[in-house]
Amino acid sequence: MTTQFTLNGSTVSVEPYAGERLSETLRERVGARDVKIGCNAGDCGACTVLVDGAPVCACLMPAHQAAGRSVETLGGLAKTDLDALRLAESFQNHGAAQCGICTPGMIVSAVALLREESTPSETQVQDALGGVLCRCTGYRKIIDAVIAAGSTDIPDLTLGHAGEGIRRLDGAGKVAGTEAFGDDVAPQGTLEVLVIRSPFPRAGFQFGDLDAFAQSTGIEAVLTSADIPGRNVFGVIPDFADQPVFAENETRFRGEAVAAIVGTPEAVRAFDPSQFPVTWEERPASQSVHEAMADDAAQLHADRAGNVMCGGFVQCGDAEAALADADVTVEGKFRSGFVEHGYIEPEAGFAEIVNGRVEIHACTQAPVMDLDAMEIILGMPRELIRIIPTGVGGGFGSKLDLSVQPYLALGALKTGKPVRLTYSRTESMQSTTKRHPSDITLRIGATKEGKIKGFDFFGYFNTGAYASWGPTVANRVPVHASGPYQITDYRAESQGIHTHCPPAGAFRGFGVPQSAIAQESLFDELADKLGIDPLEFRIRNSLENHVPTVCGQVFEQGVGIKPCFEALKSAWDSERTDAIAFNAENDIFKRGVGLAGGWYGCGNTSLPNPSTIKSGIRKDGTVVLHQGAMDIGQGANTVISQIYATALGIPVHQLEIVGPDTDVTPDAGKTSASRQTYVSGSAARLSGNAMRAQILAQVNAGADATLEISAGQIKITDQDTAHTIDLATLSADDEGYVLLSQETYDPPTKPLDENGQGIPYAQFGYAAHLVVVEIDTKLGTVKPLKFVAAHDVGKAINPMLVEGQVQGGIAQGLGMTLMEEYIPGRTENLHDYLIPTMGDMPPVETVIIEEPDAHGPYGAKGLGEHVLIPTAPAILNAIKNACGVRLTQVPATPSRVRAAIKDKNNGK
Amino acid sequence: MHHFMPTALNEALDHIAAKEVKIVAGGTDYFPSQNQGPIKTDLLDISRIPELSGISCDGDTWRIGATTSWSDIFRTSLPPCFDGLQAAAREVGSLQIQNAGTVAGNVCNASPAADGVPPLLTLDAQAELQSVRGKRVIPLNEFITGVRDIALASDEMVTGFLLPNVPHTAAGAFEKLGSRRYLVISITMTAAVIGFDPQGRINHARVAIGACSPVAQRMLQLEADLIGKTLGEITLNDSHFSTLSPIADVRGSAEFRLEAVAEQCLRTITKAAQAHE
Repeated sequence: MTTQFTLNGSTVSVEPYAGERLSETLRERVGARDVKIGCNAGDCGACTVLVDGAPVCACLMPAHQAAGRSVETLGGLAKTDLDALRLAESFQNHGAAQCGICTPGMIVSAVALLREESTPSETQVQDALGGVLCRCTGYRKIIDAVIAAGSTDIPDLTLGHAGEGIRRLDGAGKVAGTEAFGDDVAPQGTLEVLVIRSPFPRAGFQFGDLDAFAQSTGIEAVLTSADIPGRNVFGVIPDFADQPVFAENETRFRGEAVAAIVGTPEAVRAFDPSQFPVTWEERPASQSVHEAMADDAAQLHADRAGNVMCGGFVQCGDAEAALADADVTVEGKFRSGFVEHGYIEPEAGFAEIVNGRVEIHACTQAPVMDLDAMEIILGMPRELIRIIPTGVGGGFGSKLDLSVQPYLALGALKTGKPVRLTYSRTESMQSTTKRHPSDITLRIGATKEGKIKGFDFFGYFNTGAYASWGPTVANRVPVHASGPYQITDYRAESQGIHTHCPPAGAFRGFGVPQSAIAQESLFDELADKLGIDPLEFRIRNSLENHVPTVCGQVFEQGVGIKPCFEALKSAWDSERTDAIAFNAENDIFKRGVGLAGGWYGCGNTSLPNPSTIKSGIRKDGTVVLHQGAMDIGQGANTVISQIYATALGIPVHQLEIVGPDTDVTPDAGKTSASRQTYVSGSAARLSGNAMRAQILAQVNAGADATLEISAGQIKITDQDTAHTIDLATLSADDEGYVLLSQETYDPPTKPLDENGQGIPYAQFGYAAHLVVVEIDTKLGTVKPLKFVAAHDVGKAINPMLVEGQVQGGIAQGLGMTLMEEYIPGRTENLHDYLIPTMGDMPPVETVIIEEPDAHGPYGAKGLGEHVLIPTAPAILNAIKNACGVRLTQVPATPSRVRAAIKDKNNGK
Repeated sequence: MHHFMPTALNEALDHIAAKEVKIVAGGTDYFPSQNQGPIKTDLLDISRIPELSGISCDGDTWRIGATTSWSDIFRTSLPPCFDGLQAAAREVGSLQIQNAGTVAGNVCNASPAADGVPPLLTLDAQAELQSVRGKRVIPLNEFITGVRDIALASDEMVTGFLLPNVPHTAAGAFEKLGSRRYLVISITMTAAVIGFDPQGRINHARVAIGACSPVAQRMLQLEADLIGKTLGEITLNDSHFSTLSPIADVRGSAEFRLEAVAEQCLRTITKAAQAHE
C-alpha cells in the first residue's frame, strides 16, 4: 500500500510495512536523517516532527498515518521557514546546541510554538519544549535562545581569539540537522548487526545449531567469540583489560553480549530473539558490594580475590591522632546508586572494508584508544584499521569505552560487506558503563577555631562486572576526597568491588561527585556544630598557594578556590535572608540555601597523558588544523581552534578543521578528565607558536609581527616593514602542506608513592556552588529555584561555552541528587530512569573566576567535570537548611525526603 | 501483516469482528510496548474515522470521541467541571504525546497511573462500546477491571465516553505528583469535581485517585462526607483512603504514596473549591 505525503513541501511516496514508525520511514526511506532517534518510546522527543503543524514524536506515529498530511522536519524547516532560520541563528548565538542530537527536536518544537506565540514567556517555552530531553546544556540557553529568536542578529566575525565567547565553529550543522551522528552515516539498506544479550545478571549458556540458524533467510552471519581473530578482551586500562567482546561460558551482567547476528534490515526486523539457538542457565549473582564480598559469593575474575578489583590510598599526617585531639568531630555514611549517562544518542556506527582495511565510523570519545583496542581484538596490523569518529550525541565518559565498534568490525570482516549497528535505548542502558554506586564512611574533626583536624575516609565503589575505568575512580577518589582544603592529617582509602552489574566506568567526575557528597555534607555538619557560618568555615580551610595538598603537592600559583567561595558571599547573605523571610510566612513550603565546593585535577592521574596537534598551510593559503580532540558537545572544536588561532595570530574563522580521523590526524588523547582545553589546548598553542615561528623565520621578522594569510600568500608586517611569502614557491609535502607544524604537550606529573604522595596533576580547577531550594514538606518534593556557580577556569577561552558547561553540569548534578538511579532490570528506559527535563532546571548565574594556571594555555584550566562535583552536596545542604533533615542517600526522591522529614518531626 | 486504516466506523467494526486486530490510534502506548521481532497481528488504525473524534454536547450529556487527543481536550472551551480533565490533559507525557495520544488509548491501556482516568471518573464517565452487534454503555469503573485489563469483548471497540448530567455549577481540579516536571509517570494523582450550594456548602463531590491501586478509584466515603461541608470544615482521615492499596516501586514507597495522596487530595479539593471564588 502506497502512502503519499508532503515532506517539507515536496510530495513523497513510500510503501511502509505494517507497524513501521514514521521516524524509520523518514530516516531510511526518504533520507531525512535530521530526524534523530533517541529512545523509540516518546521519552526523549529527539524525533519531533510537525504533522499538519503539530509537534509529535515520529517514533510513535504509524507511517501510514502520514498519508495525505504535511510532515515538516528540521532539514526542511532550516532551509525555508523564517522561524526556524531565526531559531537556528539564536541557538548559535546562545550556545544552545552543544552535542546537537536534541537540537532538531528542540527547534522543531520551538517552530510550532513561535507560529502560535511569537513572543513566548519562559513557561510557554518550557511547556512547548518540555517533551524534548537534553543532557548537555541544562536547558537554560535553549530557553534563552527561543525567547530571543524574534530579535536575533548574526554577529560580525571577529578574531575569535582566546577569551572571546564566539559561536561554536561547528554549530551550523547542528542547527540545520545536517551533522552526521553515529546512526546517520550508513547508506540505506546496509546490513544490520543485532547483538544477543544475556537476560540474567549471571548465567551459563550453550549455543544450539548456529550454522543452521545462519542459513535463515536474510541472515548473513552469526558472530560469537569463535569469530574473534585476535583476543576476546578489551579494557581502557591495559593492566586491567578484562571484558570480552562476547562472553564465553558465563555472562557476568544482565545485557552482556554472547553473540550477534548480521542480516538485511528486513531479516533483522523479523528476527524473534526467542528463536535464537541459545539456552541459559541462570546462576546466583551478586548485585551489591556487600553481596559480592560475602564468603560464598561467586568470584567474577579468578585473579581478583574477594572480588576486589583494586583500591586507592592517600595518607598524610596522622588522621587517627588528629581526630582524637579534635575539639569536635562528625561522621556519616553516605550512599549513591548507579547513574546512567543518559546521552540522547545511543551508541551507533557503521563499518566497511575499504581496500582491505577495516574502517569504523562510530560515536566515540577516544578514537585512538578505540584503535588500540581493535588492533588487539582483530589481531590485525594497526595500519589496516581506521577509526573515523562520527558526530557524538553526548558522551560524559561512557563513550570512552568500546561499544558497537567490535561488532561492526567483526560483522564487516565476516560478511565482507558494510554493516551498521545502533543500540536500542534499553541495550545502551543495560550494556554500557555507569557511574559507580558508592558506600562511603567519613569522619572529620575540627578545632574550636574552625580548622579541620583529622579526616578519615573509606569508600566502597561498585565497579560492576568489569574494570573499565574503575581503577581510575579508585585512584582519583582518595586524592580528591579532601576537597580543595588544607588538611594536614588525612587518610582516604577506596576499594572497587566487582558485582554482577553493568560495568561502572567513567562518568563526569570519576567518583569525585560521590565523595564530595560525603565531605561537603559533613563540612556543613561541622560548621553547624562549631557555630560557624558554613561559607566562612570553608573559606577558613580553603587550600591556598604554597600550602600542600593531601598528596603533598604544593602549588606556587593557580589555586582558586577561595575566590570561588568569596564570589558567593553576597548571594549567600541575601538568599539566606530571603529564605528566612519566606519561611516565616509559609508552613508547608520551606526554602533553604546550601553551598559546596569542589576541585578536580585535569588529565590522567600521575600517568603520561600527551596530546599532539598538527597544523599545515597549503599553497593556496588554507590553514588546516588537525583537531584531534573529540568534540562530544563540550566545544573542543571551537576552543582548541581559538587557542591555535591566538597563538598563530590569525582569525579563527580562517582555519579549516580536519577532525580526529586516525588516518590523518595525530592523537590528541581521549576526551576525558577535563583535559582537552588544558592538554590539547596546550599542544594547539605550541603548534600555533611553532607555525608562527616558522613563518617569521622565513623573513627574519620579530616576534611581534602581524600575519595576514590570504590566497597563496602570507603577509608579515614587522613594525613598519612588510614582507610577503609567496606560498606557491614553497614545496609541498605528501599532504599538500608547504608549512607544517606538529607539537606535543604532556602535563608534568610525578608518580604517587605508597601513601599517595606525589604530583598527581599539573593543575586543578576549582568550583563553588550555591543553590536555593524550595521543599514541599508534605509531599517531599525539592525544587531548586536558583544556582550561583563560581568556577575558577584559569582563563575562559570561550566564556559562552564555559557557561554552557556549567549549566549542563549542574543539570546532571541536579538529576543525580533528586531523581536518577539506574537499577539493572528495572529502570532500563527513559521513563523509569528519569533525567531532568526543561521544567526542572532553574536559572544559573555563572561567575567566572580567572586565577591563571602556569601550565594551561593562556592560563586555562579544565572545567567539564568540575561542575557537577559541588552540585549534589550543595542541594543536600540546602535541604538541610530548609527543613532540618540530612539526606545521606541520593537520589533524594520525594519518598525519601518525606520519610526523613517525618522521622525528624515525630511522624508529622 | 496489514495496516488497515478505514474511514468509516462500520468498516472498522467489520475488521474487529472478522479477526484479531490490534487497534492503534495515537500510537503512544502501542509503539513503546513493541519488542524486538515481527508484529503478529494486523493493525487497525482508527485515526481516520471522523465520528470517533471530537467533543460534543447534547443537553446535559457530553460525549468525548475515542480518538480525541489530549491536546484537543485542553484546547476546547469547556465548562469548569472539566478543569480537572483539562489539567490532566496537559500532564499526559509531553506536548508531543498530548498531540497524538487519545482518550480511549489512555483508558484502554489500563495503566494504574493513566493520567486521564481519575478526572474521567470524577465526571461519571461511561465507556461507549460498539461492535457489529450494536452499542452498549458501561460505567468507566466497571470497564477498567485491573492492571492492563478492560471489559472489552473481542469484537468490540471503545468509540467514546459519555458524561451524563455534567454538573454545571461544579468545578474540577487535578494534581499530579512526580519526580520531575514533564514526561513523568505519576507517583500519585488526584482529580476532584466539587460543587457548592448558595450557602457555600458542598453539594456535589467527586474525588478519584490514581496510581494508588490497580485501577484508579473514586473515594466514595470521602465524597459522602464532603456533602454539606464548607471548605473550612473538610477533614480527611485514614478511613477515607482504606480502599487504596498502593505498591512500592522505584517511584516511592507504599507508605509514602498513601500519605502523599491524602495531602494531595486535600489540595485538589481546595483547588476545585477555590475555582468558584
